[in-house]
Amino acid sequence: MTDTLFDASRPGRRNGHHIPEPLAAPPDIPEHLRRAVPPLLPQVSELQVVRHFTRLSQLNFSVDTQFYPLGSCTMKYNPRSCQVLASLPGFLNRHPLASTESGQGVMRCLHELQEMLGEIAGMRAVSLVPMAGAQGEFAGVAMIRAYHRARGDDARRVMLVPDASHGTNPATAAMCGLTVQEIPTDSQGDVNLDALARAVGPQTAGLMLTNPSTLGVFERRIGRMAEIVHAAGGLLYYDGANLNAVAGRVRPGDMGFDAVHFNVHKTFATPHGGGGPGAGPVAVSERLAPYLPLPVVKKTSDDKGRDWFSWMSEADLPESIGRLSTFAGNIGVLLRAHIYLRLIGSEGLERVSGFATLNANYLMTRLIEAGFTVAFPDRRATHEFIVSLKPEAEAFGVSALDFAKRLLEFGFHAPTIYFPALVPECLLIEPTETETKETLDQFVEAMIAIRREAETNPQRLHTAPHAVPVPGAGVGRLDATRAARKPDLIWKESFNR
Amino acid sequence: MPFIPHTPTDIEQMLTGIGVPEMETLFEEIPQALRSPTLDLPPALSEMAVSRLMRERADGDANGLCFIGAGAYEHHIPAAVWEIASRGEFLTAYTPYQAEASQGTLRLLYEFQTMMAALTAMDAGNASLYDGASGLGEAVLMAARASGNPEGKILIPASVHPHYRSVVRTMTRDQDLEVVEIPFDPVTGRVQSKALNRFQGQKVAALVIPQPNFFGILEEVDTLTDWAKAEGAIVVALVNPLSLGLLKPPGEWGTHGGADIACGDGQPLGIPLSSGGPYFGFLCCKQPLLRQMPGRIVGRTEDPQGRTGYILTLQAREQHIRRAKATSNICTNQGLMTVAASIHLSLLGPEGVANTAATCHAKTRTLMEKLTAIPGVTRLFNGPFFHETALKLPKPAAPVLTQLARLGIQGGYPLGEGYPNLDKGLLVCATETKTDADLDFYADTLAWVLNVKEG
Repeated sequence: MTDTLFDASRPGRRNGHHIPEPLAAPPDIPEHLRRAVPPLLPQVSELQVVRHFTRLSQLNFSVDTQFYPLGSCTMKYNPRSCQVLASLPGFLNRHPLASTESGQGVMRCLHELQEMLGEIAGMRAVSLVPMAGAQGEFAGVAMIRAYHRARGDDARRVMLVPDASHGTNPATAAMCGLTVQEIPTDSQGDVNLDALARAVGPQTAGLMLTNPSTLGVFERRIGRMAEIVHAAGGLLYYDGANLNAVAGRVRPGDMGFDAVHFNVHKTFATPHGGGGPGAGPVAVSERLAPYLPLPVVKKTSDDKGRDWFSWMSEADLPESIGRLSTFAGNIGVLLRAHIYLRLIGSEGLERVSGFATLNANYLMTRLIEAGFTVAFPDRRATHEFIVSLKPEAEAFGVSALDFAKRLLEFGFHAPTIYFPALVPECLLIEPTETETKETLDQFVEAMIAIRREAETNPQRLHTAPHAVPVPGAGVGRLDATRAARKPDLIWKESFNR
Repeated sequence: MPFIPHTPTDIEQMLTGIGVPEMETLFEEIPQALRSPTLDLPPALSEMAVSRLMRERADGDANGLCFIGAGAYEHHIPAAVWEIASRGEFLTAYTPYQAEASQGTLRLLYEFQTMMAALTAMDAGNASLYDGASGLGEAVLMAARASGNPEGKILIPASVHPHYRSVVRTMTRDQDLEVVEIPFDPVTGRVQSKALNRFQGQKVAALVIPQPNFFGILEEVDTLTDWAKAEGAIVVALVNPLSLGLLKPPGEWGTHGGADIACGDGQPLGIPLSSGGPYFGFLCCKQPLLRQMPGRIVGRTEDPQGRTGYILTLQAREQHIRRAKATSNICTNQGLMTVAASIHLSLLGPEGVANTAATCHAKTRTLMEKLTAIPGVTRLFNGPFFHETALKLPKPAAPVLTQLARLGIQGGYPLGEGYPNLDKGLLVCATETKTDADLDFYADTLAWVLNVKEG
């Protein structure tokens, strides 16, 4: 099945039950502002639509159907109760600008979530508005700039990031008008403290850091790092992408960070949706609280002494960096995170990081036993770890990409590959806490089988995946160069083959 | 243990395998001084207890009869839309970086890009941004890059949604871009051409043209586009995608090849109101600006056997490749919302989109006629409108809306919130979901509320 719905379209086919009757009179709109030619949309029956999109769904790997050991992405089970309860009609049908009275239920949930996230972060105040991790980062860095600006210290225009940081960190700093300076990592996976000490100065706006780091190890000297950055007048930003490793055990605020974003679609189990929507709430220390993005839910009492929830406006937070979304962010996603936290509580959160870490360390141990090379064998894995396939690349001429594509044929989604770029031919593997021991064992067996193949029949890896009967494949390895050279981004009649 | 499958035997075997006595040992690299005490969170509840709690809260959030628009619109969503979009294979899939494991999402996005490009009459579209306001922010940044005139002014009419303007300010503040607001004509509600002409020859980098504008009013898009093109500026069209079943698409505005960028909020295409999100932003552009586009883009390609497949492409624009030199920091977008929008548009087809847009327009016109028949209620502006219109009440709108809400009507948006001078202004919207009886009920109730207070 390679046809698009446009190929199935036939003029005159229509779903009358979805189409309002044409108007008796022409619209009261000047002719020159009206559309002359109807848009090219498919003309297909409801059954054709349902069948087409159902079949498309079946071409996907997903957490519901496959093991997804995708490092840095925390592809854990997404509880159905969160999905169902966040989709109750009272929540779905409310207009964002409807009266405050009509939103007490949803705002009570959001206020509880603010409180819970503040506690988990060890921070003073929370805004739920950012709609993804990258927007949370933007909010955090914009707040750091606002803080320096308010103190007449606006010459701080350099953001420090470790060389292994997520790409969103430097991209965010650039969007906030800052230049980026990378700090090297030492051989044990820690940030090089001497290099950090040399890098800071009156130009330092701050440091963006993920902890545990993107190398799958805990940054042990974070206390000292915070001292160095703070002593130089900079602030610390915590990229919460890896919070699943330490949630309920260590708090960014206690580590010395001034701002943090959460990825609720990682740590708090909201679904990834094939790329989103997620949410990236931010929590901040006392000194950044005045700059939080709007709106924030506040809790007061009504005239009868009952809780009353409402949105803070510019008048409540005059120094806010402003709005980031039309209304108040991805509320439906935030509700899912709220429900998840109400289901697991603080003990459950500690269990999450405990078993995520257990699964990662077990998988790392088994792969070491099987003869694979891990990037930091002397360190404890956190919730993820790195395998380097450099020995296999040198011995058999196969790449991390080859391994990843062949894993798909074994029914496993590939780990994250070639990130962080510091480690050659790397696989960043994150099993999450919701996978069974049996699944991890099967994954190890697949890795062993693929390496055996690499030894005996490397060509099999180079050409993977083949058109195999696993869900999702159906095509062989796709030509990325061809796609970029002459972009074909929309369907056109002339392609009708 | 909720969502954790380990048996006591599993745990024992795994710890033995690792060679540690207990799970806590795995955390030994974390300095003791940093370990937090047990967190003070609400106690864990069973699924049954959480269900009850959430049902109680959701049941209390009654919307009533909704006549509010102002950036989010109540439309009928065919049952098949979310029935299919909620399938676990869409819901729980990751970003389609591994193309061969993500052909469903990728082909869907290719179709989505095609539909959005068709609606806007542009050459290409991306795979979504967060929402309409942040999408406009990205479009403005893109226009500034593409203009080759980074010092140039970016003109945004004051008739753009106040929250959108706030987001643009947030997103441009630290880049030292000069964003200038253009006032609207108090009679027509349109961009004031006199004010615009003051920027003639002043190195304008981009002009944002809202259609319809925040007041529901239709701008003279051809004239504005031609003006901007003559100034060498990039034209950013801010549009409601559903309106494009009825209104001239941005790609055809003016006499010089149309707008350069079209963006907006996709919520009217099958996305529930949900107190404000998740919605999705869309961004389409003409071919020359393609490589300045932010966000993910899907392209069609082939495998070695010549079979068609789809893949994320032009990734050299993106943060995971270009880091500080990327066109945006965006990573996660609003993927699942594009699944719903694609299904929605496929069910409606060209005729469905056109007739729905026309019906919304007609309902709002009828509502306007009924409401302005109430003594003291008049139109605030006289320009033509799409499916929203601004009225002037004989008294401030906010308290009137509070009373209407108590009577089961969410009556509109009080313009005084975004425009302090317009405190008697009320922005109302009637979509295809409203019956004639609904419109009469609103008119009767408003007449009663205005009358009671006057008496």
